[in-house]
Amino acid sequence: MTMRNQRLVRVESIERVASQIKRFHFAPIDDAALPCFSAGAHVIVTMRKGDAVYRNPYSLMSSPLDPRRYSISVLRVAESRGGSVHMHENVEVGEVLEISDPLNLFPIAHTARKHILIAGGIGITPFMAMLAQFRNDKSHFELHYAVRSPEDGAYFKALEAEGLPGVRLYRSDRGERIALNAILQNQRLGTHVYVCGPQRMIDWALETAKLEGWPDENVHSEHFSVPTPGNPFVVKLATSGKEIHVGEHQSILEALEQAGVDAPYLCRGGACGQCITRITNTEGGAVHHNDHYLTDEEKKEGDRIATCVSRMDGGCLTLDL
Amino acid sequence: MLVAGIKSRPVYRGLRPDLFAKQNIVVTDAAGCEAVLDMMKLADEGFPARTTILLCRTGGNGKDPQDVLNPLGFANIWSFPTVETATSRLNAALNTALMSTRLYATGSEPLIGSVIRTALEHGIAHNSVFTEHRGSLKRRVQCVHCKGLTEDVTTNPVKCAHCGLTLIVRDHYSRRYAAFQGVRIDAEAPGEIPETKAEFQ
Repeated sequence: MTMRNQRLVRVESIERVASQIKRFHFAPIDDAALPCFSAGAHVIVTMRKGDAVYRNPYSLMSSPLDPRRYSISVLRVAESRGGSVHMHENVEVGEVLEISDPLNLFPIAHTARKHILIAGGIGITPFMAMLAQFRNDKSHFELHYAVRSPEDGAYFKALEAEGLPGVRLYRSDRGERIALNAILQNQRLGTHVYVCGPQRMIDWALETAKLEGWPDENVHSEHFSVPTPGNPFVVKLATSGKEIHVGEHQSILEALEQAGVDAPYLCRGGACGQCITRITNTEGGAVHHNDHYLTDEEKKEGDRIATCVSRMDGGCLTLDL
Repeated sequence: MLVAGIKSRPVYRGLRPDLFAKQNIVVTDAAGCEAVLDMMKLADEGFPARTTILLCRTGGNGKDPQDVLNPLGFANIWSFPTVETATSRLNAALNTALMSTRLYATGSEPLIGSVIRTALEHGIAHNSVFTEHRGSLKRRVQCVHCKGLTEDVTTNPVKCAHCGLTLIVRDHYSRRYAAFQGVRIDAEAPGEIPETKAEFQ
């Protein structure tokens, strides 16, 4: 059921691009070119720390027109399970990493007449690849990029120095805000808007677009969650009868994989819905949904779970696997 | 004679007012007016004032569609004799429209198809147009051999108005041409033409 081909890449260079963000360039380990990708695509990086294996999705931010390397930007999230901290502190130039082939869940709408990109913080990464594509295609676009301060925002200073037409930068330390209502109000038919950033920014942008009368088909967003830590619990598999222990810092999917169960997944960030699995029973705990795929109603119903990011808080969960 | 399960066969999900849209454009023929009436039951009080109707006076049961629509208080009702003249006006309206404009199409399939095709030319996603089929089942058919379009097809098979071949009308649909595809029915056994049936009345 694991549908994504894995490959090895060498870390070609590492550069600090903001106070908590590092950029990693990956090059192929042999002369074979890396598979081409479209702007908006991500790869999953496998990180091994002792016995623990983390697989996190990261947007490709390098130009889709350059097949020689892939680049990702990693925000160090101190309070998370350690995937990003591991990338920041342990991964060195020359090291060989395992990554998945690229997959695009956030593609450019190629029939669009105009593209409006709304980025917050680390959400700039897929848009860096889109900018390269738009500039090559001479597409009509606007980028609105909000950061806490120039030190916190990756590529902020570079974008500022470049002064590209269509790029607007916002510093919240100076009280600057993206005037999204005004931006969305005066757009001609055929415009598409893309949002990437913290969850509350995405919620705000989607709500604003709806209130401004935009159709859903023209509004795109991407946000990868990470599995949140919580009390350990037990997963029972209805078909095979297996009982699997899910640790405090583990996702259900990771525990399944550790136990040799080939469970479905694609993005590992709660965005694509591929890992959604039917729940047949829960005991002694509540399900915590952390994905962006199921609707609020579906989450309330509680008969399905995204195994990549959602979990139980103690107790026992029986899955239809 | 139709092959079931062809995926390109359009599905019309029904008219529903988008209460967040700042401007609405509704294209309807006389039969579609009933669907417009039904939609208005779900609309808020201000909806008619935000709505322009492009009325195509074809189809229907003889009742003057203008009389049906007038009492609802729409901002504009523009009336046209044919689908072509109505879509030509739609094209002009969409030239200056903003993203907060929502499009609705109801009536015969050729009317809905022409509206969707016009919408696509303006960068509107086909699935953001609200559609509801009412009235005649007549189809616009493109001959896959000579590419000629035959309008108002009610029978299957049908003679291509351009090259004269006898065509089986399939559910295979082209959004870009706004037409179902017609394929020569006696290609393998020339002259063996089954009985003509009124399948699309």
